[in-house]
Amino acid sequence: MTDAYIVGVDMIKFGRFPEKTVPQLGAQAALMALDDCGLSIQHMQALYCGNLGQASGMVGQRLLQEIGQTGIPVVNVANACATGATAFREAWASVKAGLYDVVLAVGVEQMGKGLLGGAGGKAGIPKEGLMGSGTMPAVFAEAGMEHARHYGTTFEQFAKVSVKNHHHSTLNPKAMYQIETPLEEVMNAEMISYPNTKLMCSVNVDGSAAAVICSEKKARELGLMDRAIKVRASVLASDPWQERDLVMPDVNSCTQKAAKEAYEMAGLGPDDIDLIELHDCFATAEILHYGNLGICKQEDAGRMIDEGEVALGGRIPVNVSGGLLSKGHPLGATGIANIYEVSTHLRNEAGARQVEGARIGLTHVIGLGSACAIHVLERAQ
Amino acid sequence: MSNQPLPAVPYLKIPEGGDPYLEGLKCGQCGTTFLGERNVCSKCGARDQMSPVTLPNSGKLYSYSIVYRSFPGIEVPYVSAIVDLDDGTAIKGNLINVEADPANLEFDMPVEVVFADALGRKDADGNSYLSYFFQPKS
Repeated sequence: MTDAYIVGVDMIKFGRFPEKTVPQLGAQAALMALDDCGLSIQHMQALYCGNLGQASGMVGQRLLQEIGQTGIPVVNVANACATGATAFREAWASVKAGLYDVVLAVGVEQMGKGLLGGAGGKAGIPKEGLMGSGTMPAVFAEAGMEHARHYGTTFEQFAKVSVKNHHHSTLNPKAMYQIETPLEEVMNAEMISYPNTKLMCSVNVDGSAAAVICSEKKARELGLMDRAIKVRASVLASDPWQERDLVMPDVNSCTQKAAKEAYEMAGLGPDDIDLIELHDCFATAEILHYGNLGICKQEDAGRMIDEGEVALGGRIPVNVSGGLLSKGHPLGATGIANIYEVSTHLRNEAGARQVEGARIGLTHVIGLGSACAIHVLERAQ
Repeated sequence: MSNQPLPAVPYLKIPEGGDPYLEGLKCGQCGTTFLGERNVCSKCGARDQMSPVTLPNSGKLYSYSIVYRSFPGIEVPYVSAIVDLDDGTAIKGNLINVEADPANLEFDMPVEVVFADALGRKDADGNSYLSYFFQPKS
């Protein structure tokens, strides 16, 4: 099987674009990624299009109707917040399998404001607020409190994640928000679901990101190897049975499973990773994944944030893009936006937020229900 | 419209002339207990080996969050709790009769399961419902 390379990748600056349609937003990112490698939609042999809000709405096809109806196969992908990474993975797999030489993966989302989750209870009465909360801030708060009970992680340590990521985003022109938020401001912001305050919740934004993936042969033919990014690993996991998973979604086991497989596939370990873009849908969520991804022991996660080990300039920078917390989390786009971020550093094109000498990076997303997608990327040359 | 409240969830049982209780389904092959209807064990894959079991009415607080922002009509703040019942079954619900403040909540604090009206919620036909809640064990 051939290796597959990212030859073009980009994202729009995340924001609010009510005047655009979902396919238009996706098309924007698609054209940017195509321009990034000097290819056109006519070169693409397949499109994998990730979107949640209109999952049954043929977004991929409508995107081609915007920029080029070439009749290529389109697969519309939905996997909760792992949608974008799943679309990317399907595109990657099709190239690995030798089905195609050049494919396009797009992730796009247009979101309203407000609380996510808490749906369910078709018959009878709504259960939200009656039998606990199924809203995202509460579910991830409970997961954070589980870390607190096992390892003594504090509200303040969770809040420091927001301080870090908001700071990072001031260096990222593609981020929705680019504002410093000192610790007291984070901790005193409106409490949504303890310990997650408003500034510890990722922002609902509109956004899109896209990647062009080539076989090695095609990348060389097209002279695109100089900025190509090798996909060393692409892994997807669902939630394995865990004793509380059906009642308290377990983002730890699926991440640990996917991480183990990703490191094995890539033939390397956490110490080889130069930067990570992980799923900080809530500040509490980020802390869990330091241990889950093996960059420290679970009990040391609090210390990692306290001592700046995961900040830009630290031992293992996490979410220098600003993360979902500050860059934004358009659900279907995030998985590819993370890949854009890591690829940009591997190409030494990240400007003010560049992780010096980055050669290998890791991206991670979680879709509740649950899916975990991890990619390990390496500069090709 | 019936005068008797309906169970808020199918695994809350209201026997004729008896006290309400929570029912789990226990896999005959691996012993895992589940809430809600199923014929297949998602841990070991065993088929048609589920048996109903009455769940204990006491347990310990495993994790929680305190919800301050919710949808219109939902009274906040409230404690969203994950409880490990005494038989090991995990269950989620509101922890009531305690002020919703982290200072009052301790991991592993003993709780008991109580049954009460489902916060006044009624369905489209006007039926009222019985739900379960947790409260600190006195």
